Amino acid sequence: MDSVLGRYRNLIILVGVLFLQVLGLATQVRGSGHDLQKTRLIRVWAVGAISPFERALVWMQSGAGNIWHNYFYLRGVRAENRQLKQQIEEMRLEQVRLGEDAAQARRLQTLLAFKEQFISRTVAAQVIGSSGSDQSRTIFIDRGENAGLKRDMAVITSDGIVGKVLLVYPSVAQVLLISDQSSGVGAILEKSRLQGVLRGTSTGEVVLERVMSDEQVPVGEALLTSGGDQIFPKGLPVGTVTKVSNGKDLFLNIKVKPAANLSKLEEVLVLVEKQDRQATAEDSVRVRAADILAQRLPSVPDKPATDGKATEAGSISGATPAGTVTNNAKSASALGVAKPATAPIAGAKPGATSPAAGATTSAQGTKPNVQPVKPSTPPAKPAATPGSKRPAPTSNPPALNPPAIELENPPPNVPPAADGNGPQ
Amino acid sequence: MPITYTSGEQVEVYRFSIPVTIGVPLLALFVQAFIPLRFPRFAVYFDLPLLVTIFFSMARRNPISGLFTGAFIGLAQDMLGHNPIGLYGIAKTVVGYGASSLGVKLDVENAGARLLVTLGFYLIHSAVYFTVARGLVNMTQSWRWSDGILAGLANAIFGVLLYFLLDKFKQRT
Repeated sequence: MDSVLGRYRNLIILVGVLFLQVLGLATQVRGSGHDLQKTRLIRVWAVGAISPFERALVWMQSGAGNIWHNYFYLRGVRAENRQLKQQIEEMRLEQVRLGEDAAQARRLQTLLAFKEQFISRTVAAQVIGSSGSDQSRTIFIDRGENAGLKRDMAVITSDGIVGKVLLVYPSVAQVLLISDQSSGVGAILEKSRLQGVLRGTSTGEVVLERVMSDEQVPVGEALLTSGGDQIFPKGLPVGTVTKVSNGKDLFLNIKVKPAANLSKLEEVLVLVEKQDRQATAEDSVRVRAADILAQRLPSVPDKPATDGKATEAGSISGATPAGTVTNNAKSASALGVAKPATAPIAGAKPGATSPAAGATTSAQGTKPNVQPVKPSTPPAKPAATPGSKRPAPTSNPPALNPPAIELENPPPNVPPAADGNGPQ
Repeated sequence: MPITYTSGEQVEVYRFSIPVTIGVPLLALFVQAFIPLRFPRFAVYFDLPLLVTIFFSMARRNPISGLFTGAFIGLAQDMLGHNPIGLYGIAKTVVGYGASSLGVKLDVENAGARLLVTLGFYLIHSAVYFTVARGLVNMTQSWRWSDGILAGLANAIFGVLLYFLLDKFKQRT
């Protein structure tokens, strides 16, 4: 017996070691799948051994890069600066225009009682490492529990989504990329509004699944997050369709090129806080100047309401008391038919964006790198106090003031930009 | 020069200092995790922990030492990913055992032998990983011979160069 054991000692030990590992594997994948939390304690060792070196190397690399780019390689910076300034001017005008559209959409959403997810806080992180294997498409970032990161938080760049937080260690976190075969993201095609599930493949490609083969999906169509996965807020860019072919089981095989360059990630944003908010129209409390004057001037007494018919008739004839007109105006405003926010596009000074535009930009939450524009103009005061001969002049530039028909109150639901609650 | 040893020839067994034994596998894991950030295809074609496993196992020529070397390096590599721990561990345990067993019979100083051995063990490693991942963990895996052989050749060529570098750390027993 001893001679047999001695003769096959190596083989027996090999089988024993393999058996132990198979047993460990079986324990991990037992039940409803592989739970990473079970092995977190073991993984901490390897991550703790590797990540300090990765962090140091990235720090040295970025330091050397900064010295080169900030002190030596400044060729063409002036020209680029001019070009960027011009681009900012154009984008400001574009922002005002988009703000108007978004405000209108928000009013309609209010009517439909939509709930939206707003990005309220993000944490910037640097990519310091990867898993080093094409079987596990994950990256490590230099922020962890200490920075408030938790599992299943969305990770994005300014170009598009990257993945979600998989495991969180004290100062490091592991992020599962959308190109990994175990990831899944709810996605929607931008124009056709077809919904599907975005998945990675074993070869690292990204595909959109669950789109029926009788649907028409053009190559080049953009893909956005649908918000159905409860991880990514709705409307974030995902990628573009690169190839469409017939797959199995009556579904299309749609290949997608991710919007974010997943193979060359350096900095990412982690969405650490989202808010579910009811969409509200920012001009729902708009008050007409005539109404304010009607309330404040003693010479215009309140006319007792007689009946609905009389009021309606009065409003048509133009002899209506001010209050009646106000109610109608408010109703119209709530329905979205009121004149939109009054910031003119042409002639607007840089930075003098209307409150509505600023509020819309910050509330959209789809562009986290866009700072919400704080209203630079205070709301116009009626200031027609009894006894004063003329209304007090406002500090608004003339171009921003409406032509004395409507006055805007500051929108009550503007996400405060100064306290850091706005998107970053 | 004969590639295989006969019974009369003395098989040379090497050992390594503790810093090298611990530091080189850790460095391999570190480089394997870091380089794909700049060169994403690196992780597809190169497996530095595997090359280090083969080298240490062949140099020590001790199957038990080889299998434990492979097991530790493989398990550490598993810990850096998100797949169940043990997939690389099992594959590299087999490779470590096989490489050290083969090292007893082969002249591992020979560049040609090293090339072939590395190519062969890369394919064995991929096959074991594929089998365990698909059969035991139910992971979706795709196998392409062309990719496997190409990656195996890339590893073999890189391995031959790396082995010559690591030869400097060898100590005669």
